[in-house]
Amino acid sequence: MLREMTLGQYYQAESRLHRLDPRVKLVGTLVFIISLFISQKIACYAVATVFLVCMIRLSKVPFSYMVRGMKAIVFIMLITVIFNLFLTPGETLIHFWVFTITKEGLKNAVYTVIRLAYLILGSTLMTLTTTPNDLTDGLERGLGFMRVFKLPVHEIAMMMSIALRFIPILLEETDKIMKAQQARGADFESGGLIKRARAMVPLLVPLFVSAFRRANDLALAMEARCYHGGEGRTKMKPLSYKAWDKRAYVILACYLALIILLGIVSPI
Amino acid sequence: MAIVETHDLSFDYIRRDDEGNVASINRALNDVELSVEKGEFIAILGGNGSGKSTLAKHINAILYPTEGYVLVDGKDTSDEANTLDIRQKAGMIFQNPDNQIIGSVVEEDVGFGPENMGIPTEDIWARVEESLKILGMWEYRKHSPMRLSGGQKQRVAIAGVVAMHPECIIMDEPTAMLDPAGRKDVIRAARALNDVEKVTIILITHYMEEVVYANRVFVMQDGEIKLTGTPREIFSRVEELEGLRLNVPQATRLAYELKKRGLTQLPDGILTEKELVTELCRCFPAARALPAESNAHRHAELTASMGGELNDQGYSSEATQQVRGSGIGDNVKSIILDHINYIYSKGTSDEIKALDDVSFEIRTGDFIGLIGHTGSGKSTLVQHLDGLLKATSGHIYYNGEDIYDKDYDMRALRGKVGLVFQYPEHQLFEEDVFKDVCFGPKNMGMSDKDTELAAYSALKAVKLPDDLFYVSPFELSGGQKRRVAIAGVLAMKPEVLVLDEPTAGLDPEGRDEILDLVKELHDDQGITVVLVSHSMEDVANYASHIIVLEKGRVYMDGTPKEIFSHIEELENIGLAAPRVTYIMNELYKRGFEVDVTATTIPEAVNSVIGAVWNA
Repeated sequence: MLREMTLGQYYQAESRLHRLDPRVKLVGTLVFIISLFISQKIACYAVATVFLVCMIRLSKVPFSYMVRGMKAIVFIMLITVIFNLFLTPGETLIHFWVFTITKEGLKNAVYTVIRLAYLILGSTLMTLTTTPNDLTDGLERGLGFMRVFKLPVHEIAMMMSIALRFIPILLEETDKIMKAQQARGADFESGGLIKRARAMVPLLVPLFVSAFRRANDLALAMEARCYHGGEGRTKMKPLSYKAWDKRAYVILACYLALIILLGIVSPI
Repeated sequence: MAIVETHDLSFDYIRRDDEGNVASINRALNDVELSVEKGEFIAILGGNGSGKSTLAKHINAILYPTEGYVLVDGKDTSDEANTLDIRQKAGMIFQNPDNQIIGSVVEEDVGFGPENMGIPTEDIWARVEESLKILGMWEYRKHSPMRLSGGQKQRVAIAGVVAMHPECIIMDEPTAMLDPAGRKDVIRAARALNDVEKVTIILITHYMEEVVYANRVFVMQDGEIKLTGTPREIFSRVEELEGLRLNVPQATRLAYELKKRGLTQLPDGILTEKELVTELCRCFPAARALPAESNAHRHAELTASMGGELNDQGYSSEATQQVRGSGIGDNVKSIILDHINYIYSKGTSDEIKALDDVSFEIRTGDFIGLIGHTGSGKSTLVQHLDGLLKATSGHIYYNGEDIYDKDYDMRALRGKVGLVFQYPEHQLFEEDVFKDVCFGPKNMGMSDKDTELAAYSALKAVKLPDDLFYVSPFELSGGQKRRVAIAGVLAMKPEVLVLDEPTAGLDPEGRDEILDLVKELHDDQGITVVLVSHSMEDVANYASHIIVLEKGRVYMDGTPKEIFSHIEELENIGLAAPRVTYIMNELYKRGFEVDVTATTIPEAVNSVIGAVWNA
């Protein structure tokens, strides 16, 4: 299961979306998330769906690949559905034993699932089409103004990109340690909550040790290659807006406007 | 002018306790004098803990001398103003390829150094292209480093340093974590950089074969340089080297043993196989049974006598099949794999068939060598043996019982088939060694008393000194940690011990210690052993039976002699016979009456001595 995590990973392909400036994609993701939370009408969701489907098609990332990354969060989605479904007061639809499903509850549950799923698909789409380095550059440039407030923007961005790069390595490591302890008879699957938590110690200690060792190695390797913070650094791929980036901003603006407009005028 | 120069270089690792008081001082380098000229290829040899990595870090200004000084291109490393300049001039490659790649795309990683140096954008691209082409990785520029092999990753890391236009590259055990093919790639790259680009190379290693081409060799121990000289001078001092936790290449070792047995005409310090064969021909012309003209004929005869046409199942000796092929359900204690298939990520786009119709038998008392190059399915296969992975189809019988039966006790199986993973020391977690070793037996449901007894005898079996039983496993040396990890598996009292590359990353002496330990467990305690390795020499020396995997299939299955008489087939799948076997073959072709099936040094020595005396 751990190997199949696609959350936050980059997917190599040649597409219009891959070539966009990372700042556009960051803003785009933000706009999309905002649009999801201001949507209250079915029409809005329809527009958002069309937009998302278009973007996924445009990205050339196989849909099945994206969905695989969602498995990990099915549990969280299930919990929110249950809470929304049973705990929203309103017009009763079905009633059995102590459970009541209301019309509003059903609507909320459906909306929440759509919101969560779209939110994750949308942001996954961004990470799938943007290399961590691009993402870092985008953040660094996009948030550059924060430097005025003494925020170490470059450092934060660098940390983020390294974290993203090490996710698959650490997942693989977890898998390996887990198997090694299972070979010594460890049991991660049965028992109560406390027993299971205790069973995690043989997994977590080696994992932390290894993460620190890797961090140390990487720091040395970076220093050996003259890394000394953002000062005096040049860029291999400096960011500059191209024609398509400007078009993308226009499309984003139109999309957001349409959602807002539909939210006001649409009857449902 | 010297590019790197050290004078009276000493360095202390100072450990402080929680209050910041000095708890212990450990002298890692002591009065090191080193001078490297521009364009030289220097090798620094030494066992684990000899201080060679500490020295490397000084040249790159990552560590600063406690006493003495280090000059790189005439600049003092301890002056902070020089740091960046020195790091650019003297680039560094580290051991673990995963932990030194920063970019998520190959070209981005190579550009990282030049970016830090503040090179203008267009120039960065030119440098990236140039260095990737030098290292032969240009077509991989858009790939994710994650998906490259170890050798390729290491070449990307070297390209990343080359892009900084260094005058000198320090490689700190760049091949320690690679398989033989990757190791060759990296060493070839280092030599090409030295020959063609005139970059000074300082190669730190404990693989002796890699230093044969160096201009000068420095041997370190306990933070001091013990021997200096050309490879030939160094390699003629076989015994001294062994005292320094090192050993010599097989050709040198064979020549040394032959000399000791009376062939004193041989010169000292033979470096390569070719040299040894030439010298033997020169010194003992009488031993050559046939005149040179019939050599071609002899070569043909040799190839023919090697028998065994390869069918599409690969080679498998019928004789051994008959002896070993017992019926399922026999009362013999054994592990039988019956048509095992395993498919990773079944039903998705990146479905990989890792094991393809694998069938063989492991009998009680066997010492099996499992070989195959990276990705051939070795690790996947061993995880089936104790049920960590479940075959997609097929059956595994342990002592006649199908382990995939619903009521089969999988945990008991894991106790009986002890699996030691690669780098097993990474699984240690307890606060002291003894507790860690108790983890396995406790999980097996042994009583407290039995657990402690089992842990004690396991630690004794791996020969860990008593005073280390109650220290934190994280304070031990690399070799000691590995022995503790093996004890952790032994404590479950397994009947079968499966070891996945148990010698990876150890120095020659550590390697021999672990393999001798495994042999002792096999010989004295009667434990059945499955040894996964890509060192042909190790397998030839220790295993009684060899299984070769290729692309998830059993490609060959037989005794070491049978397997290694098929040199061509082995080479076709990127493997090789032990070096000794090559030497014997070459001697036979030149007319010596030697045994071409010799796979170990003692066998080869006896055979060559016999051939010389008979003449």
